[in-house]
Amino acid sequence: MNKKSFGNQLLAAPHVVWSVIFIVVPLFIMLYFAFTNADGGFTLENVKQIGLYKKAFGISILYAAIATVITLLLAYPMAYFMTKVNISSQRMLMMIVMIPMWMNFLIRTYSWITILANTGLINTFLGKLGIEPLKLINTPGAVILGMVYDFIPYMILPIYSVMSKIDKSLLEASEDLGSNAFNKFRRVILPLSRPGIISGITMVFVPSVSTFYISQKLGGNKTMLVGDVIEYFFNAGPDYYNVASAISMVLMVMILVCMVIMNRFSDDDSEGVII
Amino acid sequence: MQKEENIVQLKNISVAFDDQVILDDLSLDIKDKEFITFLGPSGCGKTTTLRLIAGFLEPDEGDVLFEGKKINGVPAYKRQVNTIFQRYALFPHLNVYENIAFGLRIKKWPENEIKAKVEEMLKLVNLTGLEKRHIDTLSGGQQQRVAIARAIANHPKVLLLDEPLAALDLKLRKDMQKELKKIQQQLGITFVFVTHDQEEALTMSDRVVVMDGGKIQQVGTPQDIYNEPENAFVADFIGESNILDGKMIRDFYVEFSGQKFDCLDKGFQENEAVDVVVRPEDVDIVPVEKGMLTGIVTSVSFLGVHYEIIVDIGGFKWMIQTTDEHFVDDKVGLFIEPDAIHIMKKSEYSGLYGDYSSYSEEIDHLSDIIEEE
Ligand SMILES: Nc1ncnc2c1ncn2[C@@H]1O[C@H](COP(=O)(O)OP(=O)(O)OP(=O)(O)O)[C@@H](O)[C@H]1O
Ligand SMILES: [Mg+2]
Repeated sequence: MNKKSFGNQLLAAPHVVWSVIFIVVPLFIMLYFAFTNADGGFTLENVKQIGLYKKAFGISILYAAIATVITLLLAYPMAYFMTKVNISSQRMLMMIVMIPMWMNFLIRTYSWITILANTGLINTFLGKLGIEPLKLINTPGAVILGMVYDFIPYMILPIYSVMSKIDKSLLEASEDLGSNAFNKFRRVILPLSRPGIISGITMVFVPSVSTFYISQKLGGNKTMLVGDVIEYFFNAGPDYYNVASAISMVLMVMILVCMVIMNRFSDDDSEGVII
Repeated sequence: MQKEENIVQLKNISVAFDDQVILDDLSLDIKDKEFITFLGPSGCGKTTTLRLIAGFLEPDEGDVLFEGKKINGVPAYKRQVNTIFQRYALFPHLNVYENIAFGLRIKKWPENEIKAKVEEMLKLVNLTGLEKRHIDTLSGGQQQRVAIARAIANHPKVLLLDEPLAALDLKLRKDMQKELKKIQQQLGITFVFVTHDQEEALTMSDRVVVMDGGKIQQVGTPQDIYNEPENAFVADFIGESNILDGKMIRDFYVEFSGQKFDCLDKGFQENEAVDVVVRPEDVDIVPVEKGMLTGIVTSVSFLGVHYEIIVDIGGFKWMIQTTDEHFVDDKVGLFIEPDAIHIMKKSEYSGLYGDYSSYSEEIDHLSDIIEEE
């Protein structure tokens, strides 16, 4: 027994080393920079400056929230549908959902430029129909669209995996007790898929709120998200590492708070309305 | 005869999955308020039959009637039938109270009536005080009771129970058998029960339906089924039986094991080949000179209440239950009263069940192992 758990610990060792070098150490480096000035002395100046970027924080949270809601509304029916079709169709749909994830997300985002641009696919098509070109690219809508598109697999997959594990006999039991299709969904499927919804929301909201590339390419630099601010400062050179680290730290704390709140939801066993 | 109302009728039902016939032209009338049990080996179609009644499955052919009206195509949620599922199927996201209230909430009962009903149900199944508990914190027996309460709270006219006791240990199972029976009589609900435990079927039911291979082999009271099995399958499946090849010489007179016996059966053709059943407990062991048949004891096992001994008579191994002790290699006589003999028509099952030779080998094998230790 002891031997076995020691063996397990040994097996986990590379992972621990990896985590320390690439996750823990960078975290401490970030904290160090956040609380020091250019000379390496302790200071709270960087953190105090955060107020200057509250607009970026606000927009980031707003866009991420909108994108998360839209993603959920699209992904949930999709996941539900996937559990309804036969096994081979399920596999195929799964592939379709996953394939974009295998492609670099910069490229995926770029492809939307060609679709949305003023002379892009949509407007060319509209032009052929004699309709005035629409302003699609460089709008908040385009940024949110980019987020939804990039992150929707992270919503579909957890919901699908939770939903497909719901015991069929529970659905029959609810029918047996008088549930029509609507009640079956509301009283059994929806509450039982809640853990999937929660982890989907987390997995979409977190990358959305900290993204920096999508807004630059699809929002045309007009909308600075927190991620863009951080990237900007890091690119501006070592003098700005301290500010960039402070913003990163605050963003991370916010994300952690969000995750704790979400976890509350999934542990919360009180019956009744969901989310 | 008193006219009894049929609450559920199955008429010439056939069901096939992937071209494999699962139920084969099955017909059955279930009477109002009776406790009827489907008994049969695994895979014989018991669950499938329940699913037809519940509405989870439509027959390929034939009709399902409820109170005389055809209900083919009526969805499950509209049927006045509730089910206790083979593995309970309690809702893991709801506590005990909400599980039991589930059906009532759908019917939009007012909250105070729901509360009263749930409390009544909890009392009925002896779970008062566990309202707030979560399903996965309950023992198997408690979950079982919640499943019963959840189904009965809806006042179904028919309750379908699919092996509800299979997961319980022996002691708890016996208790629950009594309780279920009591609940059934108290509430006056028709119970359609499924089990593959024959003792359970015999002790609980008003009528037993013995099934095999998607067909009903026999329907009758537990006494009928045990004392007058219709064919070799039923005789073998219910209790222990010595099933012998015989010849009906004329009414009330049969020949088997090379001897002729008086019996109580009639209605066969002269010299018709038949299957003869003699229950192990109906055979008396007597001194050789008084025996109608004689044989050698080949194995003895003590089971507490009685001994189970195997006697070789002309190559056929009989099982006999006796309270007297006998020893291997004893020469004994067998005495069989006319009412101990039951005659059955030949069927597709004739000759399938043989004698107890493999049984005694098993015992020998076991005792060898014990000796080696
Ligand atoms: N949906 C299905 N698709 C294909 N075959 C099925 C299906 N449902 C049941 N069967 C088959 O039908 C036969 C009867 O099944 P059923 O569940 O009615 O048996 P049972 O008598 O309840 O057995 P057990 O005592 O093991 O529960 C089995 O051979 C089973 O494999
Ligand atoms: Mg079954």
